[in-house]
Order: sequence, then structure tokens, then C-alpha cells
Amino acid sequence: MPRQEPKERRCILKFEEVSVIFEEGHAILDRVSFEIWSGETRILLGAAGSGKTVMMKIALGLLRPTHGKVYVFGEDVTGFDERKWFDVRSYIGVLFQEGGLFDSLTVEENVAYPLLNQARFMAGGKKPTAESVRPDVQEALNFVELGKTMSKFPSELSGGMRRRVGIARGSVTDPELFLYDSPTAGLDPITANTIITLLIKDRELRNTTTVIITHRFQDGHLLANFRYNPEKEKLEKLPSASPFLERTKFMVMQNGRLVFEGTEAELAISRDPYISKFSMHPATKVS
Amino acid sequence: MLAGRATANIVRRPFYGQDLILQMDAIGVGSLPITVLIGFFSGVIMALQMSRALSQYGATGQVGQITAITLVREMGPVLTALLIAGRNASGIASELGSMKVSEQIDAMRALGTDPVKKLVTPRLLAMCVTLPLLTIIADFVGLIGGYMVAVPLLRLTTGAQYWNNAWRSLEYNDIAQGLLKPFLFAVIIALVGCLYGMRTSGGTQGVGKATTQAVVVASVWIFIVTAVITRIFVNL
Ligand SMILES: Nc1ncnc2c1ncn2[C@@H]1O[C@H](COP(=O)(O)OP(=O)(O)O)[C@@H](O)[C@H]1O
Ligand SMILES: [Mg+2]
Repeated sequence: MPRQEPKERRCILKFEEVSVIFEEGHAILDRVSFEIWSGETRILLGAAGSGKTVMMKIALGLLRPTHGKVYVFGEDVTGFDERKWFDVRSYIGVLFQEGGLFDSLTVEENVAYPLLNQARFMAGGKKPTAESVRPDVQEALNFVELGKTMSKFPSELSGGMRRRVGIARGSVTDPELFLYDSPTAGLDPITANTIITLLIKDRELRNTTTVIITHRFQDGHLLANFRYNPEKEKLEKLPSASPFLERTKFMVMQNGRLVFEGTEAELAISRDPYISKFSMHPATKVS
Repeated sequence: MLAGRATANIVRRPFYGQDLILQMDAIGVGSLPITVLIGFFSGVIMALQMSRALSQYGATGQVGQITAITLVREMGPVLTALLIAGRNASGIASELGSMKVSEQIDAMRALGTDPVKKLVTPRLLAMCVTLPLLTIIADFVGLIGGYMVAVPLLRLTTGAQYWNNAWRSLEYNDIAQGLLKPFLFAVIIALVGCLYGMRTSGGTQGVGKATTQAVVVASVWIFIVTAVITRIFVNL
């Protein structure tokens, strides 16, 4: 069942002057502020080491900001302890850059893990079991077209398949916010496009607010200009006046600072040499 | 701080019993053959070394006593702990280290589990149970090693006298010392292994570094602690 369009747009993720300083004098994140609203897709670009992963881990409460405030689902989570974070995180799906799949567990156990461990699913005193969650696990794996690999171990899968298991594990809880850290890094272009197609499909069917860290401008271009058509079961290009175009925005990080926030068109006309590295730059590429 | 959180978790739900069994198997059963081997030979060596010294004083009958006291007080606990530090502090650090660099530890926290509870507590508990047991086995096998040298090989004494002598020489003090030490060493090995593992950064290279550091730091602490405990017990 596709989730109903929410009646009112709400602020899903908000950073307010967030700084992260691990060692004195060197800010990993430097006064970063932005807002992401429900249903939006945000593409986070930036050179390696510019602070993208740190930003994602702040949004998950895995790292604490040194200064500033973080709001998740409209709630100020800045001072939350680990127990309160467990609750917040259970509404966030995540795909880690290094995969983060448990290599001692099978694919099925990996995907079942959040359903069996997150407090939100223990409510009502009924503890879920491997059997009770199996249909959900199967569905999540079918979605990423890995329904037949339930009993395999992550080490037996290819890089692209591991990413897909990660996507299944993130989406099995039907999260409101999905954070993808470099979902296409290290993949060949064809596999990378299948992964992006999955993200577009997931965003369409569940209306998930999506944040994607990537360094491939093709990923951003696809996400910004295509939608999934459930009737035809394939991607289709959005018409140039579509309101959906506005829902995908780009952000560029440079040395811990947020140096750009805007649409693909705005990104394309940027004259900044660093920022323009991440755009298709039709103007300069044609000439 | 890690120690506090890991200990507090022992009584807190959920309790990961399966992980505990798994760890006890990995540490205890896995280390048994090497512990027996090293225990046996330390007994053999002790008896051989002592046989010359004792024969100078015409006190070869005391070989059981000397072997028992050195084994139970010092050699058994320290050698076993060093062995387990080399085998398991490194094992724990490299396992947790690779989990850290592949973001599995982050994934645990993101998916609703406390990594200290899930990873550190079972290892700490398993180590605290198995290391004292392994030490007792090493002590005992060491006494058998000493017996082999003293009785059939060098004919220093009779079998009955050896065992009688060994048994009677051990006081409560020695036993207490011989059990307190492996317990403390277990805490050191498990916590150092976990701490260095979970603090790993810098990819696969970082895992190698964490592993080496864990063994070195655990070994050094074992010697420091044994010196302190021995000092305390000598004064009792
Ligand atoms: N836990 C940490 N402690 C200290 N420095 C860190 C930590 N995590 C990340 N960094 C540093 O923060 C910077 C940004 O890292 P990251 O967010 O991973 O970059 P990327 O944009 O490639 O994802 C890097 O220089 C990295 O070395
Ligand atoms: Mg990164």
C-alpha cells in the first residue's frame, strides 16, 4: 500500500548552525543549516572528506554536534540520550557507505534485524519472532529483487547485491526518512542505475523523504528528473513544468561548509569552480 | 566507563544469552588445547629447573611443593592470561575493529541495539568465566607435568609424596590469589580488546593496528596487575 500523501507538509530534518569539532581548531562541520520537508528528495554532493557522512551520522544521533541544534520530525533532538534516540531512529531508514551489513548473519536475519530489535515493534507486549516478520522480510527482499537469496551470507554477494540488501534492511520498517550514504559508490554505471531506479521507486511508492549522498551527478540528474510509473512499471521523465521537479534539491558541501543549496537548474548555472564540478553543466559541455 | 556500562548490562534486559554461549565456546573450548599444552610444559620446566637447585640442598622431596606454589600463585594465571591475551584480546579487537570500519557498529545503534550490550557484555562475561577455569586446568596439568619429571623421569620423590606435598603446601592465600588474578586478567583482556576494537579508525590498516595494540596493552596490564596483587598478598 502506498502511503497516503500527508495532509500537511512537515519538517522532517532541520539543522540549525550545526558544527562538529573533533579536535580544537578544525571544524568537520562548520555552521551548517538547512531544512528538509516531507516528500522532498535532497541530493548531497561534495568531495571526499567534506563532511557528508558526518552530517548523516548527526541526523541519526550516531555523532553529537559540538554546537547548534538538530530537529528530526519537528522535534528538537539535540540533547537526546541514546534511549530516546533509539525511538527516533526507528523511523529512519539508513544505508551505510561501507554497507554495515552484519556479516555473521544471513541476508534474511540482516533484513529482519530492525524488526526484531527496534522498540517500536515490541509495543503491545508481543515480541516479534523470525517467523512473524518473515513475510515483511520477504516483501522487502522481493522489492530489491533479491527474494531468492534469503539464506546467503553478505560475503557471498556482489557489491551491488549487498547495497540492495542494505536498501531492503532500511526500507523494511517503512521509514519516514531514508538516508542513503553513497549508494552507488564503487559500482559500475549499469548497477548504479539499477540502484538509483530502486531509490526512485521506493520514494514513489512510500512517499519517503529521501537524502542521498553521492558524487555522481548522473544520480542526482535521474532523481531530479524522473519518477516511477507504477502502471507501466518503469521510470518516466517528468514534464518540464512538473511540480515534482521542485521536490528535488541539491546541496554541495565543501570542507564542512554548506556552499550551495538549490535546484538542478540553479546548480547548472553556478559559476563557482568547485560547485560546478558537481553539475552536468550543459552550457559548457556542449560548447 | 566501558567497564561500567558493560557491567550494568549484565542485569539489564534484553539479555543476549546466545552471544554469551558463543563467546564462551570461542574463548574456552577454542583455547583449551593450547592451555593444556602450555600448562603441562610449564610444570615440566619448573620441576626440571627446581630439581637441580633442590638437590644441592638435599631437598628433592620438596619438588611438589615448589611446583605447586609457583604454578598456582604466578605461572598458571600469568601464562594462561598472556596466552589468552595473544589469542583473544587480538581476536576481539580485530573482530570489533572490522565491525567498526564496515559501519556494523553504527548499524547496530541505528537498528535498535546497544553495541556495548550486544558485543562487550557477552565477551566480558564469557572471559570472566572461562579464564579462571582455564587457569585451574593449566595449574592442574602443570602439576601433572611436574609429577612426570619428578617421579618417573628423575626419581626425585615418590608419587604419593609429590601429590601430598603439593596439596598440603597450598594455603587459602595461594588459592585466593590464584583465582583472583585470572578474574582480573579476564576483565583486562576483554575490556582492552573491546575498547581498542571499538575505537578503530582508518580502514583495514586500522584494524591491524588496533589488534596489535590490544595485545600489547593487555599484556602490560597483566604484568602490572600481577605485581600489585602479589605485593598485596605478600604482606598479608
Ligand atoms: N569519528 C571521527 N573522529 C575524527 N574525525 C572524523 C571522524 N569521522 C570523520 N572524521 C573526519 O571528518 C572528515 C569528514 O569525513 P566524512 O564525513 O566521512 O567525509 P565524506 O564527505 O567523504 O563522507 C574527514 O576528514 C574525516 O577524517
Ligand atoms: Mg562518506
